[in-house]
Amino acid sequence: MKKKKLKKSITNIILIIISYAAITILINSGILGRQMSSLIIPTGVNIILAVSLNLLTGFLGELTLGHAGFMSIGAYTGALITLNSGLPPAIALTLGIIAGGLVAAVFGLIIGVPVLRLRGDYLAIVTLGFGEIIKSVLTAVNFTGGAMGLSGIPKYTTYKNYTLVFIFIVLTILIISNMVHSRHGRAICSIRDNYIASEAVGIKISKYKIMAFVISAFFAGVAGVLYAHNVGILKPNNFDYNKSIEILVIVVLGGMGNIKGSVIAAIVLTLLPELLREADSYRMLFYAIVLIVMMLFNNSGLKERIMEQFKSKKQVTTEGGE
Amino acid sequence: MNLVTSILEQLINGLRTGSIYALIALGYTMVYGIAKMINFAHGDIIMVGAYSLYVFVGMLELPVPLAIILTIVVCAILGMTIEKIAYKPLRKAPPLAVLITAIGMSYFLQSAALLIFKATPIPFGSVINVPSLRLGSITISGTTIVILAVTTVAMIVLTLFINKTKAGSAMRAVSEDKDAAELMGINVNGTISLTFAIGSGLAAVAGILYICQYPSLIPTLGALPGIKAFVAAVLGGIGSIPGAMLGGIILGIIESLSKAYISTKLADAIVFSVLVIVLLVKPSGLLGKKRTEKV
Repeated sequence: MKKKKLKKSITNIILIIISYAAITILINSGILGRQMSSLIIPTGVNIILAVSLNLLTGFLGELTLGHAGFMSIGAYTGALITLNSGLPPAIALTLGIIAGGLVAAVFGLIIGVPVLRLRGDYLAIVTLGFGEIIKSVLTAVNFTGGAMGLSGIPKYTTYKNYTLVFIFIVLTILIISNMVHSRHGRAICSIRDNYIASEAVGIKISKYKIMAFVISAFFAGVAGVLYAHNVGILKPNNFDYNKSIEILVIVVLGGMGNIKGSVIAAIVLTLLPELLREADSYRMLFYAIVLIVMMLFNNSGLKERIMEQFKSKKQVTTEGGE
Repeated sequence: MNLVTSILEQLINGLRTGSIYALIALGYTMVYGIAKMINFAHGDIIMVGAYSLYVFVGMLELPVPLAIILTIVVCAILGMTIEKIAYKPLRKAPPLAVLITAIGMSYFLQSAALLIFKATPIPFGSVINVPSLRLGSITISGTTIVILAVTTVAMIVLTLFINKTKAGSAMRAVSEDKDAAELMGINVNGTISLTFAIGSGLAAVAGILYICQYPSLIPTLGALPGIKAFVAAVLGGIGSIPGAMLGGIILGIIESLSKAYISTKLADAIVFSVLVIVLLVKPSGLLGKKRTEKV
C-alpha cells in the first residue's frame, strides 16, 4: 500500500517536471506565436477555477453559480493591494495573492453559512443571487472604480512570468486532490452520495459544507488575483453569470468529480476558441450544447444502452472467434 | 403632499413591474409543483416571446392581436419542446443533472438569439396605445393600466382553470403524487406538457408586456426578470399559485421603492438580499407548504 502511494507521488512529480519543461520549451523556443503564448496564463487561471469549482460541484454535489463572484473579490483585493501598497512587485504580488485568496475565503464563509440549510436548486439560485449582489456592490462603491472599472493594474503575471502561475496551478491541484482523498474528502463525497445516511453516521454536514465552500472560494480568489495582473483592467461585468457558467462548462465537460478531467477540459476550452477564430460567435452555442448533451448522455440511460450494445457486440465477436 | 404623491407613484410603478414578475413566477411555480425542477430556461422564454412579437409585428407586419396570439402559441410550443427534448429523459436522474441541463437550455436560447438577432439592441415601440389616466395629482400611464388589467385577467382565468376544470385537477393530482395520479388513469406526460405550455404561454404574455415597458430588445433581456421572478416565486412559497402572485407584487414594490429612495445601482442587490433573507427565515415562503423529507 505504501509502495503504491510512493509510486504514485513519484509519477506525479515526474508529470509536474515534464509539463513545466514542456511549457518552458514552448514559450522560449517561440513555437507558440504571441497569440498562443498570451493564452497560457488564462488557461492556468481557468484550470485553478475549474478545479476549485469541481470541489463544490463534483465532490460536494452542490451546484454553485457564484464562482465568478469569488473570483472577482480576489481579483479586486489583489489589484487594490498592488496598486496602493507601493511595495516591490514580487512582495506586493505575493501579498496580493494571499490576501485575495483570504478575502474570497471569508466571503466563502459568509455565503457558506446562510446556504447551509439549502440544497440543490435553492442553493444554486442563492449563490447566483450572491454573485449578482457582489457584482452590483462592486459597481456601486467608489474605490473599485464603479462600472468604469479598475485600470492600470501592473501586469505582473504575463506569460513571461509563467513560473509563478504554474506553481499555483500545481498547489491548487495537489491541495484539492489530496483533500478529496483524505478523510475530509470522503466525508464531503458521502454528503453528495447520501445526505441523510451521512448525517446518520455522524458526519457533521455543516462543517464539511463550509469547509468545501471556503477552500473553493480561496482558490477562486487566487485565480482572480492572477487574472487581474494578467489583463490589467477589471470591470464588474467581467464577472457575471456567464463567467460562472463558463467555469461550470469546463467542470461538466471534464467530468464532475474528476480533477484530471477539469485540467484537460480547461486547456481544451481555453485554447479551442482561439484556434477556431472564425467560429467564435458559435462558442456560446457550443457551450450550451455541451452542457445539455453531456447531461442527457450521462443520466438518461443512453450511456448504459450504448455500453451494453458495445459489450454484447464484443461478446458475439469473441464467441465467434472461439 | 408631494412625498405622498411620489410614494403613491412608486407604489403604482412597483405594482406594474410586480405584476409582470408575478406572471413569470406563475410559470416557475407551476412547473416546480409538477416536475419538481426549476426551469432555468423560463426567463429566456420571455425573451423569445419579445423577439417573436418583434418578428410578427415589426417584420411581417401582421395585425397586433393576431401577432400576440401567434407569439403565445410559439412560446407554448417551445416550452413543450424543451420539456420533451431536455427534461423528460432526465425524470429519474439526480437533481443536479436536471439543473445543469436547464441552465444549458437557458444558455442555448440566449446564444441562439444572439446568433440570429445579434447583440445590438433593437428598438421596438410599444404595441399598447391607451391614453394615460389622471387621478388628482397622480398620472397612471396607459401601459400600466393595460399591464394591470391583463395580469389580473390572466390570474383569474388561471385560478379558475386549475380549480374548476378537469385538466386543472389532473395538474393538481400530478403535483401531489405522480405515481398515484398515473394509477388513477391520468395522462401524466400530457399533463406535464400542458403545464409547460401554460407556463410558457404566460411567459410570452409577460414578455410582450415587458417590452411595452422597456421597448428595446436584447438577447439577454429575459435573464434578469427571469431570476427576479424566481425570487418572487420563492418569496411567495414555491409551488403555491397565490404565493407566486403575492410574491411578484411584493417584490416589484420593494424594487421600485429601493430604486426611488435608496439607490438605483443597489436595487438588484436589495432584491437578491430579499431572497437570502426569506430562505434563511422561512424557506417555505409566505404561502408555501412545508414538506418534510422522507428517507
